[in-house]
Parts: sequence; C-alpha cells; structure tokens
Amino acid sequence: MAINWFKYSAPTTFYGLAGKLIPWFALSAALLFAIGLYIGFVVAPVDAQQGEFYRIIFIHVPSSILSMFLYMIMAGYAALGLIFNTRLSAMMATAIAPTGALFAFISLWTGALWGKPMWGAWWVWDARLTSELILLFLYLGFIALHASIDDARRADRASALLAIVGSVNVPIIYFSVKWWNTLHQGSTIKFTGTSMHVAMQQAMFTMLAACWLYAIAIVLARVRSIILERERNTTWVSELPEVRS
Amino acid sequence: MKQSTLFGLLVLVIRRDLVLAMRRRADVLTTLIFFVMVVSLFPLGVGPEMSMLRKMAPGVLWVAALLSSMLSLGRLFSADYLDGTLEQMMLAPQSLSMLVLGKMAAHWMVSGLPLVLMAPVLGLQFDMSAQALGVLIIGLLLGTPVLSMVGAIGAALTLGLRGGGVLLSLLVLPLCIPVLIFGSGAVEAVSTGLSVASHLSLLGALLVLALVFTPWVTAQALRISME
Repeated sequence: MAINWFKYSAPTTFYGLAGKLIPWFALSAALLFAIGLYIGFVVAPVDAQQGEFYRIIFIHVPSSILSMFLYMIMAGYAALGLIFNTRLSAMMATAIAPTGALFAFISLWTGALWGKPMWGAWWVWDARLTSELILLFLYLGFIALHASIDDARRADRASALLAIVGSVNVPIIYFSVKWWNTLHQGSTIKFTGTSMHVAMQQAMFTMLAACWLYAIAIVLARVRSIILERERNTTWVSELPEVRS
Repeated sequence: MKQSTLFGLLVLVIRRDLVLAMRRRADVLTTLIFFVMVVSLFPLGVGPEMSMLRKMAPGVLWVAALLSSMLSLGRLFSADYLDGTLEQMMLAPQSLSMLVLGKMAAHWMVSGLPLVLMAPVLGLQFDMSAQALGVLIIGLLLGTPVLSMVGAIGAALTLGLRGGGVLLSLLVLPLCIPVLIFGSGAVEAVSTGLSVASHLSLLGALLVLALVFTPWVTAQALRISME
C-alpha cells in the first residue's frame, strides 16, 4: 500500500494526527519515567566513589543529550521550512525551541547540583559546562528573535536562518571552548574509566527513552496550539469540535 | 563601465559607505570612546594591581572590542533601510552578496580598524609587553572583521525590529565566542611562552570561513527581512 507521506505535511491533517499520537507518547513517557526512576533509585547499587550523589546522572545525562539533539532537529526543521517553504516545518522548529531550552537548563541545573558535592563547586569552567551554557544562549536567541517579529512568516524564516547559522557554529564553539579549557588548565576531574553497573545502564537508557517520548509528546502538543493560533481565521479550525464548544 | 565589474562594485559600495560615515563622524567616535571607556573601567573595578591587570589585559581588550562592535552594528543597514536605499540595492542586477561584502568591509574600516589602532595604547595602560601588544594587534586585525561579518547576519535579521539593539547582541554574542577565545588566547600564549601560531592560524581560518559564507547568509537574511 502506498502511503502519501506528504499528506501530513499540511497543518490541517497533522493537527488531527498529532492529537491522536499525543496520548500514546505521553503515557509511554510516564510509564518509562516510573520504571526508570524505580530502577535508578531502588535497583541500581550505590556507587563506590560517588555514593548516592551519582543518581542525578539519570536525569542529567538524558537532558544533556536531548538538549543537543533537539537543537540539531530544530535546525533540520528550520532548514526544511526554508528550502521547501512548508509551514509545518517552521511551526515544528518553533515548538521544539522551548523544550530544548528547558533540557539545556535542566542539564546545567542538575550538573550544578552534582558538582557541589563532587567537585566542591557549583560551577567550574569546564568545556562541557561552558558549551552547554552557550547552547542555552543559542536557544534563547532563537526564541527571542521569533518572539520579537510580529509577522509570522518573517519570524519563521528569520529564526530558521539563525538556527542554521547556529548549528554550523555549534561544532566551532564546542572545539574552541575545549581548547580554551585545556589551555587554561581548568578542572582536572574527568568522569571516565569505571565501567557502569548493568542496572545503572538500564536506568539511564530507560530515562533517556522516557525523556525522548516526553519531548515528542510536548512538542506535538505545542505544535497543535501553534497551528490553532496561526490558522484561527480558517474554516477548518472554526469547524473543529473543541473550538466550536 | 568599470563599475559594472564585481570588484568595481565592491570599491563603489565601500567608498560610498566611508563617505557617509565621514559625514557623521560622531557615530564613529562614540564607538571608539565606548571602547576606551569600557577598558578603563576595569582597573577601577578590580583594583590597580599591575600583575593582575597584565594578566587580564587580553581578555578585557577583546571583550571590550566585542561589545563596542555590537554597538555599531545596528547602524550597518538601518540608515539604508529607512531611506529606501536598501530596497534599491536589492533590486539592482548586481550580486547582493557582493554589495553586502562591501558594506561589511566599510563597517569594519569605520568601527573595527579604529579599535585595532587604539588597542596598543590601552594595552600600555595594562603594562603589556611589546611582544604581547604585537600579537594583540595581529589578532584584532584578523578577528574584528569576523565580528563585523557575523554581526552583519544579526543586523540583517533584526532589521527594523523594536528593541533591535539588545536583541542583536543576544543573537550575535554567542556566535562570536570562538573569536574571543582564540584572540585572547593568542595574547595569553605569549605570556606563557607557548606558540602563538596555532591561535592566529585558527583566527585566520575563521576569517576565511566568514569571508566565504557570511555575505551570502546576510544577503538571504536581508531578503527575508525585506520581503
């Protein structure tokens, strides 16, 4: 059976599809969060060196991974929107930005909470921390630019270009910060070496999957609101049961 | 006929923007004065200890250069945008990227070059060695054009927006971090006895990269803002 994939690139049809998908993603996210937290807090053993403190990595690592991936996905949607002039891609990029920024923030915050007992400091100018902070700035720049342009079309296209420029710049920033750090002889503490316990791995991957599902659910929910807002003057929106009531 | 060639066009745009800048000399001077002031505020803020100031000097000079170049970026396209010249430029049959490159070059000559010339004098206030000053100048010569070029993207994107100035800095500053790192890193390498060549090569690489891509990206950004 040939499926017309482009059917769902129209906001009209995607709105319905997203509405059907959200409960599934949200439920499985909740389920996996519960399992992941259970394994993380109960099953996984106490770490030999870090004691109980290490358990924060079960949220810290997934949120760091997601903050980086979501930026690339956002830039990908932005590029799609610019190249093919599809409205939905731009809306997706806009919908991803706040979630990406949230994960970048969580990653920094939990990193600080972990750093205090481990390194004895809330913040060290480590390459990873610094580039995560810059990533947060890039997200905030994207959101700020989109918010300050009233014309939706110009806002989409301008912030899309910014996202693409940012994604080209991300590797350059990452390596420059890395070399800057080695030059300055920053923190010498690195988390390498020790192999992880199986339960720790399980907890980590479950939490990672849960974070992904959460991100997808929340982005779909947000893109639905954006579609409604942008298309509020069209007939199909006014005929929706949830709008009419 | 000579002006129809790409290079002729570039020279034409640069000359036009320089003439315009010379008619409004106060704008050029404020940027420079801002640079001098920011640098002079640091010793007042952290204390007059020469050993500490000498260590801080490259970072302070580079951050101040970064901030003052942000200050003048808002003017890069806004005057032409307001009086309609920019629209005419976009309608012109010549390549918009080339026009943009000309405007970037003029912007650098007006706002970047004075900083480069002023920096050694301020460096002396911080008791920098002659060798460090030399590296600082080379670094600024390579780095400040990148700031103008990357900044032009932001200036084009925020054209005609309310609160454009602050927004512009918010967008552009994170993108300029590599320049800051390699620029001040080069000067620091002098004092620690490391080779300067790697930092300067990387700055040069950034300059080449920016030279190739930013005019085109800025032209696209202008098209988005003007449509």
